[in-house]
Amino acid sequence: MKRRDLLLAAAGLLVVWQALAWLLDQAILPSPWAVALALGDELLNGDLLRHFLASLWRVVASTLLSIGLAAPAGLALGQSKRLDRIFAPVIYILYPIPKVVFVPVLLLFFGIGDLSKILVIFLILFFQILVLVRDQAAALRPELLRSVRSLGAGRRALFRLVYLPASLPGILTALRQSIGTAVAVLYVAELFATRLGLGYYIYFQGSTLLNYPAMYAGIVMMSLLGLSLYFLVDGLEKRLCRWRFAGG
Amino acid sequence: MLELQRLTFAYAHGAPIFDGFDWQAQRGEAWAVLGPSGCGKSTLLNLLAGLAQPTAGRVLVEGQPMLRPRPHTGLIIQDYGLLPWASVRENAALGLRVRNFYGPDGVHAPRDYTPTLDVDAWLERLGLLDVAGQFPGQISGGQRQRTAIARTLALQPDLLLMDEPFSSLDALTREGLQDLTLELWAEQHLTLLIVTHAIEEAAVLGQKILLLGQPPNRVPQVIDNPGVGRPGYRESAQCQAVVRELRERLLG
Repeated sequence: MKRRDLLLAAAGLLVVWQALAWLLDQAILPSPWAVALALGDELLNGDLLRHFLASLWRVVASTLLSIGLAAPAGLALGQSKRLDRIFAPVIYILYPIPKVVFVPVLLLFFGIGDLSKILVIFLILFFQILVLVRDQAAALRPELLRSVRSLGAGRRALFRLVYLPASLPGILTALRQSIGTAVAVLYVAELFATRLGLGYYIYFQGSTLLNYPAMYAGIVMMSLLGLSLYFLVDGLEKRLCRWRFAGG
Repeated sequence: MLELQRLTFAYAHGAPIFDGFDWQAQRGEAWAVLGPSGCGKSTLLNLLAGLAQPTAGRVLVEGQPMLRPRPHTGLIIQDYGLLPWASVRENAALGLRVRNFYGPDGVHAPRDYTPTLDVDAWLERLGLLDVAGQFPGQISGGQRQRTAIARTLALQPDLLLMDEPFSSLDALTREGLQDLTLELWAEQHLTLLIVTHAIEEAAVLGQKILLLGQPPNRVPQVIDNPGVGRPGYRESAQCQAVVRELRERLLG
């Protein structure tokens, strides 16, 4: 995607927003400019940055946790048909369950701190990464492994030179596909029993303080959080998996 | 250089493919192993490469039993042997990276090995410098096999094992690579063993041709083909005669 096209699209969306604000002319839809002012003010003088950082930390921690656990598990399942036969039915049942329904359960078990929120996102990302990395590791041709082994590669070198790079696209594709869902679920999780995080901030500004420009500022920050993570993963994928985008 | 002593090999729950099979090859010879599919050609190669272990008997390379892949043996397979995510240059240097990974321990790399990743001389020799930055998916099948050859030769092998390396290539590319293989065989003083199901290929590349039949293989059938490597041998009457003989033996 060209940068110029993205900027044009963003400008277009702002114009539509501005037009709607004029047409409706109500407090619940302030203009982009009013929201921008509120955003600056809340970031500099208010609490918005603290809430943003709390949410960012939860997403980043759960992402790292998911990669750290799901990638090795996916590699193991992809390599071992026996392990996969045992776990495939379990994954098959758990994978389609919308993980957001576990929010209340996790809150009950892990309390109102960071851990319950991190675990919710972890549940979503874990299964995505697990399944994609497993499929990628299983798709490695035996001929490829045979020829690399013939070059003298033992288990460690195979892992470093074959399995690790082979699982990278799976990890990044999984992240790209599910980072949006993860941020959405984070929002839901932050509505409950917490006083920190963008979800709480948005809800509190909108329903209690009726400070609509600040509420929208929170929404903008949440969108930026999702967008920037998406762009980061997308960029990493283009950079680290260059071979997938090179024309044949 | 290569020796099979009373070799017996069977896959789990299968009938033996080799049964008390004796065979040997001398250093510097070029061997072709020919036979129908399922005759045990690739199995033989895996055993010689140390990627499979005999059920009974011994597989010796330079007098050593093959318990694991040996640093001085190169193996080239039909296709899919290159890492799709690595450039031609990185693929050509893969064997060196494996060696650098372990260091000169005498198991994964020879003890006298000096770590390097420089493969440009090989890329140049094989005409790959222009595509060195491209990925395997972007180059032709012939270039991919050249890359596999560069990767193997960068390790300075004394034994080169090839498993139907050119069977997915078009006729002209295949002939070009067959000639290149013979050039490199002579130039690098290699012992060469190529597994093929193509009769003409066996006649062009094998100074000696080992014929395998329907398993179990008990006694080796060897055909001498001393003209291999001479310029124009491919078109010679002698080569055609070998092709005819091989065809007759395979049929009957």
